[in-house]
Amino acid sequence: MATGGCPPPVATPAPLCYLALVARRRGSPAYSRRSSGRPRTGGRQRGQQSPKFRAALCATCLVDQFYPEVGVAAVKVLRRLGVDVSFPEDQTCCGQIAFNGGFRSHAADVAKHFLDVFENEEQVVVPSGSCASMIKVYYRELFEDDPETLERAQAVGEKTRELSDYIVNVVGTSDVGAASEGLVTYHDACHLLRELRIKEAPRDLIGNVRGVELQEMENPDACCGFGGLFSVKFPEISTAILDEKLKTIAESGAGAVVANDCGCLMHIRGAMERRGMNVRAMHIAELLAEDGTDG
Amino acid sequence: MAEVKSAEFKKASGKALRDEKLQHSLEHVMEHFVGARANVIEDDFGDESWEAMRTRAAGIKQSTLEHLDYYLDMVDKSVRRNGGHVYFADDAAQANAIVLDIAKRNGVKTVIKSKSMVSEEMGINHVLEGEGIEPVETDLGEYIIQLAGETPFHIIAPAMHKTRQEVSTLFQEWLKTAPTQDIKRLCVYARDALREKFAVADMGISGANFVVAETGTVCLVTNEGNGRMTTSAPRIHVVLAGMEKIVPAIEDLALFLRLLPRSATGQRITSYNTFASGPRAPSDEDGPEEFHLILVDNGRLNLLRDEVMREALRCIRCGACLNHCPVYRKIGGHAYGWVYSGPIGAIVTPPMTNMKVARDLPYASTLCGTCKDVCPVKIDIPRLLLHLRYKVAEGAIGERSTTWMERLFVGQWHGAMRSRRALEGKANLGRLLTRPFARGGKVRKLPFTPMVSGWTASRDFPAPAPRSFARLWREELAHDNGTELR
Ligand code: SF4
Repeated sequence: MATGGCPPPVATPAPLCYLALVARRRGSPAYSRRSSGRPRTGGRQRGQQSPKFRAALCATCLVDQFYPEVGVAAVKVLRRLGVDVSFPEDQTCCGQIAFNGGFRSHAADVAKHFLDVFENEEQVVVPSGSCASMIKVYYRELFEDDPETLERAQAVGEKTRELSDYIVNVVGTSDVGAASEGLVTYHDACHLLRELRIKEAPRDLIGNVRGVELQEMENPDACCGFGGLFSVKFPEISTAILDEKLKTIAESGAGAVVANDCGCLMHIRGAMERRGMNVRAMHIAELLAEDGTDG
Repeated sequence: MAEVKSAEFKKASGKALRDEKLQHSLEHVMEHFVGARANVIEDDFGDESWEAMRTRAAGIKQSTLEHLDYYLDMVDKSVRRNGGHVYFADDAAQANAIVLDIAKRNGVKTVIKSKSMVSEEMGINHVLEGEGIEPVETDLGEYIIQLAGETPFHIIAPAMHKTRQEVSTLFQEWLKTAPTQDIKRLCVYARDALREKFAVADMGISGANFVVAETGTVCLVTNEGNGRMTTSAPRIHVVLAGMEKIVPAIEDLALFLRLLPRSATGQRITSYNTFASGPRAPSDEDGPEEFHLILVDNGRLNLLRDEVMREALRCIRCGACLNHCPVYRKIGGHAYGWVYSGPIGAIVTPPMTNMKVARDLPYASTLCGTCKDVCPVKIDIPRLLLHLRYKVAEGAIGERSTTWMERLFVGQWHGAMRSRRALEGKANLGRLLTRPFARGGKVRKLPFTPMVSGWTASRDFPAPAPRSFARLWREELAHDNGTELR
């Protein structure tokens, strides 16, 4: 394949590929990843018989197409906790991008497809605060005038959980047995925080990663300026807002910034890469998937 | 009438972003407001009771709006009972005509004004000047803006973008004062100039923070005392109020007067709370001989009629949503192109003025939701922005209001996202097309794609992953029994 310069996703042959995926950014000096060698303790362990938890993963379109390593990491963490993970393969997108653009009929079509795919699942887990908000909060708006679909949407909304919320509040542990190393700072993704009010769960999870210290940046809840369509419609404003975020990330001194949303991460990472900033932007699933042995 | 320049949003915001001095002022002032608000709320109430107060305030405002006809009628009766006059103006032109009529009838030469956003909508100063009547703004910020020939930069801090040097230069030019960097000195200069006007003005025009239906009382919240001068010194007092300013009873002010200053400036109480209930009574020693209340629609009915947008009329113009908005904090108020700026400006400007001209404004937000959290009357601003976007993209103003690129993108996206098969097909095509431009998994530049180039001007864009997650799942993850994967 003509992808020589690409990071690990293709460079490593299967079946070890997913390990490489998780470890894709190698050799960042501020965030090295040597094995801590410590055995994992606490939390529900892998290898349980007849899993108590069953969850269908909604990967989100961004993870599916751009960041599959995040999906791989999420699966790894959930399986480690004994969750029986499934992936309904016909899934595509929650419809948020069209909805946010005002294109509601387009969004409704795609959202209905989402409902078709996930309706019969026991539990839906999403590694994104904004997609979870779309499903849990904004489907109500989208199907306001369509009572039948609204009812379906509400039912699916109720059984949908954002990944960190699911782990802490459904599986019931804030220690997933992860181990890594270094100073990590956490960015509150807007919808996760202000639509779903999830603030502590990700912090607890990060705090329990062996070898990792959570170092809060100033105004962790300040928007990164992404806003989906906003970032391409008003790139200058978006970048100006992002500059503030990058500044606070850098000032925190952390080697990695963690968030629960690939939208924010795409934005933050995109600028950090362009500027050669030596900080990793990683999804929380990636951090939680690390167990001190990979890399 | 104030001109609507919202079509220039993009250009104007770019200009603001490049203005270093402006960026400095914005950072400074916004930081101050945000900090002061947070501190005073924490000290006085804590989150829970503050939340309860917001809920109550939202309820009072909303129910007043739901029965606005009833309360408008009540205001009318109360004010007339107090000896005042009430007018209903459909638009800015009508409101201007009413003011002019009152002024001319009384041979008015000089008008002093306290802060009124409605008067900005009306552009009353120009109208008065055109008739040879001198309008003088008496709120210090508004006064500076008037001398500079500008419009307010912020709802409650209209001249926050002006430095002391700039103010000094303005005063030198207009008031012939000596140059100074001393803010106290500058205030004295302004006060001296304004005192003269207070003494000779025959008409005072004020806004209204609240109009109490039951008593016909107009409540003004100010810090400089100019509101009290405006409402009491001249012979005639004219009040300009948006018709949504009504609260039912005087008791309601106990709540709103706690919410407003804390949300706005982080003050527990402002220096002056002024209550004006009509002209002077025979037993009064002073006060105006005439009292006129003009209730202005000027596009508010468009909000009231729309069940979703209606809650925007709960706004008490505290400015908290501006202070906390990541977009406003970067571009300031002028870019929004009309009287109201920031999140509240983005939701009220299109329906109140012209959807087509102001169509960029609903999109000028990251939907981060901070505005909704700080709003003292709990206006769900993100939801209203989304509602307006819907109108722009599909509804009221026709398909042409979004760009062809956006429509093309959404069309393609729609085709792709309706099934996994379609998605994989389009995604593979995407991989093929972007491959020549990808370096190290990143795209720095894509030709012929105006939407992407906005992104790539400052940020790398990820190249599509060689294998989608779905494919990875199919080919590897699904076969793993799950428990041993690590
Ligand atoms: S919308 Fe809310 S926060 Fe914004 S100015 Fe109005 S009352 Fe204040």
